[in-house]
Amino acid sequence: MQALVIAAHGSHLNPDASDPTYAHADTVCETGAFDEVREAFWKEEPHFREVIRTLEADEVFVVPLFISEGYFTEQVIPRELRLEDWDPERWESDGTDASQATLEATDVGKTVHYCGPVGTHDAMTDVIVQRAESVTEDPDVGDGFGLAVVGHGTERNENSAKAIEYHTERIRERGRFDEVKALFMDEEPEVDDVTDFFETDDIVVVPLFIADGYHTQEDIPEDVGLTEDYRLGWDVPAEVDGHRIWYAGAVGTEGLMADVILERAADAGADLGDAVERVRAATAVGTDGETRSEPGPGAGAGD
Amino acid sequence: MTVAESTTDLEALLAAADEGLAFDGLRLEREDDGYALETPETKHAGLDDAALRDALGPLEAYVSNWRYWQREIEGEGTARRAFLRWCERAPLADAERADRRTLDDATLAVPERYEALADGIDRGWGQLRITARFVDVEKPNGERVYDLWHADDAGSDLGDLDVYDDPREARELATEDEDGRYRPLKTAPTLRSGWAFTELSGRELVDTVEFLYPATVANWHRELRGELDVDHWLETAERQTGIYDVIDELPREAVDWMAEACCVDSQCLRRREWQYEEGDDLDVDGGDGPFPCREPCSVVIAAARKWTILESEEERTYELELTTSELNQLAELIDAAAEGRTDEIREADVNDGANRYRARYLRAKRFDEEGTLDATEREP
Repeated sequence: MQALVIAAHGSHLNPDASDPTYAHADTVCETGAFDEVREAFWKEEPHFREVIRTLEADEVFVVPLFISEGYFTEQVIPRELRLEDWDPERWESDGTDASQATLEATDVGKTVHYCGPVGTHDAMTDVIVQRAESVTEDPDVGDGFGLAVVGHGTERNENSAKAIEYHTERIRERGRFDEVKALFMDEEPEVDDVTDFFETDDIVVVPLFIADGYHTQEDIPEDVGLTEDYRLGWDVPAEVDGHRIWYAGAVGTEGLMADVILERAADAGADLGDAVERVRAATAVGTDGETRSEPGPGAGAGD
Repeated sequence: MTVAESTTDLEALLAAADEGLAFDGLRLEREDDGYALETPETKHAGLDDAALRDALGPLEAYVSNWRYWQREIEGEGTARRAFLRWCERAPLADAERADRRTLDDATLAVPERYEALADGIDRGWGQLRITARFVDVEKPNGERVYDLWHADDAGSDLGDLDVYDDPREARELATEDEDGRYRPLKTAPTLRSGWAFTELSGRELVDTVEFLYPATVANWHRELRGELDVDHWLETAERQTGIYDVIDELPREAVDWMAEACCVDSQCLRRREWQYEEGDDLDVDGGDGPFPCREPCSVVIAAARKWTILESEEERTYELELTTSELNQLAELIDAAAEGRTDEIREADVNDGANRYRARYLRAKRFDEEGTLDATEREP
């Protein structure tokens, strides 16, 4: 038996914070690739601390639904899961290469394959692109478009920016969009000046966040100039300084995120059969598959 | 029971008998001189194939019961199985009776259980009611299903409730209380009513319960086995990092106040098993909740951070003008807010110090122009 645990932040204040986690868990569950699929949270229940004991499988794949390697993926989750032999060195990563480490959860004696976060997996690049497709409702979007990949950025965690820059570079190399830029909320170059960085009339803005909440539904729309007041909402696309801004909301709500979760587990040795193909088919833009890409309302901070 | 099902059950039973079978009062073994068959009511030995089949005829309940548990539910030693056994008052394994705090002794043997399952066996789990019953009451083939609803709806017609069958829908039901407020603590006694899950399989029942009350089945089972791993306040607090690193500095007495504020029956259905540290119990009773709480939850940790910061302030003395009734009114206001009683106070009940008009009057009279309570710090 094998089980999948999707480990996410969750919120004490905002009930929408866990929505993407539930949605992706359901998509994975429907593939039947795992005997058990369970969500776990830092701020909700089941807590990281108790999730492994709720599983019957002896082989557990834990995929952090986080954007970057850092405090949560390197300290909090392994500690709360009681992976006593954990050491960030086991990922042999410089900030974007975490793959997996096999450890034992000491309270239950089960094998845990602790995976790198979804945000730094190569497949995440496709999700960002698909996010651009779903917000423009154009599976071929690219020509004549600029793409802004937006991260939080913080001086406390250098890896936070690395994940953003990594995918930005990968998308740029594909040559699909006329221009691709990494922008940030809390460091240079800043998303406030998004139109300064693009020549193209159309700019897709994709925030690399897991859930819609305070930053993606309040801060960024106001900073970018989509709206004076987030409560008034904004158009997609919205006119800003002579550009059309296609604001996508949190990339984590894109249906294809379920694929990244599966890829992480597959890289760690999970036996998935054809689950990856099925999820890709079910979550593709422009198919009958449920994309689950509608940005939800932001109801407050993910505290 | 159809002939086919009955035959399959029997063939499976005979196959299992080769290795010796003992389950829920049914014992069947192949011995040198034939089969030995035993239940609390009957005892046979030296049965050949035909005689065994005859002897098993009146014991259909034992056979289908064996099939349901051993072939369908399986999962020997799992919390899921123990929980489903508990749901129908079936005896648990000896290892699952080490800690009997949430066990009563009224277990039922197969014949009584089969009689009861025809009517449905009800169990309470927090604010939930669970009914275990046979799918086919007329001709029970051992197949059980489970219904689940809110205790407040126990007397309601199904037609008046929103009926679900996918466990995942429970997540939505658990998200907000009756008033639409978000419930970050799933074991808060504020689960809304008006819904029912019907005809769930055993696995679906456990999944649904786990969505409503996450990890409660696993920890209940650990407690039954005497294996509940409790992390007391201090070790949990000392484990924290980042912005929660400070909470191990929360004064000892403040941890008591915190438990009194958060970890009592009126606020959480879990029974607090953690103390300040091993050998140093908190003054506050852990409550009578059915689910053991094995360490401070994330809501308590987050609140503890706030209190740690607040408790680091020095006490000062203030002077402010209040009538005796106004002082009493402050106490009433705090109590009403703490008990979540403010919504219940009638509009015109000006005798209640926490009445909104009374509170507004006090504010109008005693707050200064900045909108804060007009008080002067007394020089030390």
